[in-house]
Amino acid sequence: MSYEHRKILFEPIVDNNPVILQVLGICSALAVTSKLSTTVTMCIALTVVTALSNAAISVIRNHIPSSIRIIVQMTIISSLVIVTDQFLKAYAFTISKELSVFVGLIITNCIVMGRAEAYAMKHPPLPSFLDGLGNGLGYSALLLVIGTIRELLGSGSLFGYPILLLERDGGWYVPNGLLLLPPSAFFLIGLIIWVVRSWKPAQVEQPEFRIYHAHRPEVAS
Amino acid sequence: MTELINLFIKAVFVENLALTFFLGMCTFLAVSKQIATALGLGIAVVVVQTLTVPINNVIYQFLIRDGALEWAGLSEMNLNFLGLISYISVIAAVVQVLEMFLDRHVPSLYNSLGIFLPLITVNCAILGGSLFMVERDYSFSESVTYGVGSGVGWALAIVAMAGVREKLKYSDIPAGLQGLGVAFITAGLMALGFMAFSGIQL
Repeated sequence: MSYEHRKILFEPIVDNNPVILQVLGICSALAVTSKLSTTVTMCIALTVVTALSNAAISVIRNHIPSSIRIIVQMTIISSLVIVTDQFLKAYAFTISKELSVFVGLIITNCIVMGRAEAYAMKHPPLPSFLDGLGNGLGYSALLLVIGTIRELLGSGSLFGYPILLLERDGGWYVPNGLLLLPPSAFFLIGLIIWVVRSWKPAQVEQPEFRIYHAHRPEVAS
Repeated sequence: MTELINLFIKAVFVENLALTFFLGMCTFLAVSKQIATALGLGIAVVVVQTLTVPINNVIYQFLIRDGALEWAGLSEMNLNFLGLISYISVIAAVVQVLEMFLDRHVPSLYNSLGIFLPLITVNCAILGGSLFMVERDYSFSESVTYGVGSGVGWALAIVAMAGVREKLKYSDIPAGLQGLGVAFITAGLMALGFMAFSGIQL
């Protein structure tokens, strides 16, 4: 694998993460992460769909009239999602029930559409495939971190196996119920953004207003 | 009638698409910097949601559902696997038609909504509304109520969020949290507030 290809594949994982920097695909990042088993299923499904749709759109990119390109992209993506949905219903029925509408919502997941529009329409199939794979992995990396934190601290287990012994079963750990509630995912993503941006200051956004302290002239100057 | 009113209130507050199901989050965070634009997008979502959920309901009841093709003598047929692609095509078509209609007949509204209309096709709140309608097997009148209610709920959430963010830009925030980070935490606090509605039994 050449240097460029490796760069396309690994850049989206931290340096250009689709969720925390491009603000794409947040809906499912918040909704499916309360358990690690649903998180992993969702990550695999999204990575497969993004990689394959990028490759497919890139193959026919020179034949798509630009006025109807959204509908063409939608059709390709929704066909892939239907295949994924049927596959999950056949081989992982309980998880597919838990994910409920979120498998179908991969169609409107902005990562898939965004990468198709921004990358696959302009590049040949192999780099597009790798770009889709890389962005899927970037999404998965963030989701796995959130899913691990939420399930471990929220219910003391990972993949449903107990890790921290709960107090009600005679152990020592009192689970933090807040982490099982949906809003906790917002706080976790906000804090992860803070950590990543402290590590890579280039990603910090400039404030719209500079705050000066009226009573502390040494700061204002 | 009472049931429909209950369903409406439930769709607006208790099961708010943006703050309890996190649908349409990408646009929710990207377009909530000013109240005026947030309101424009909110109205567009209400209109599109009111149209697409009932249309998809008719398609689901008469074409897609297991045994739905009985009227055509094909009671064995189950077209469930075509659901997703039909719903998204309906949404794309409705958005396109609405755009052309507004351009021709209500140019002032078209100009104020202009940029947001195409964005709505890829807003998960719209497809999510249709998928919830299918999952809960709503009747036609229920689907109209649910469409209006869930659209209004989403619009309410984005306008409230824009109101908070307009004030927030004057506050002193740690460098790493500036912009997106603090927007996430604000949305989390709003979602916690909306959880207070979840105790309401209707």
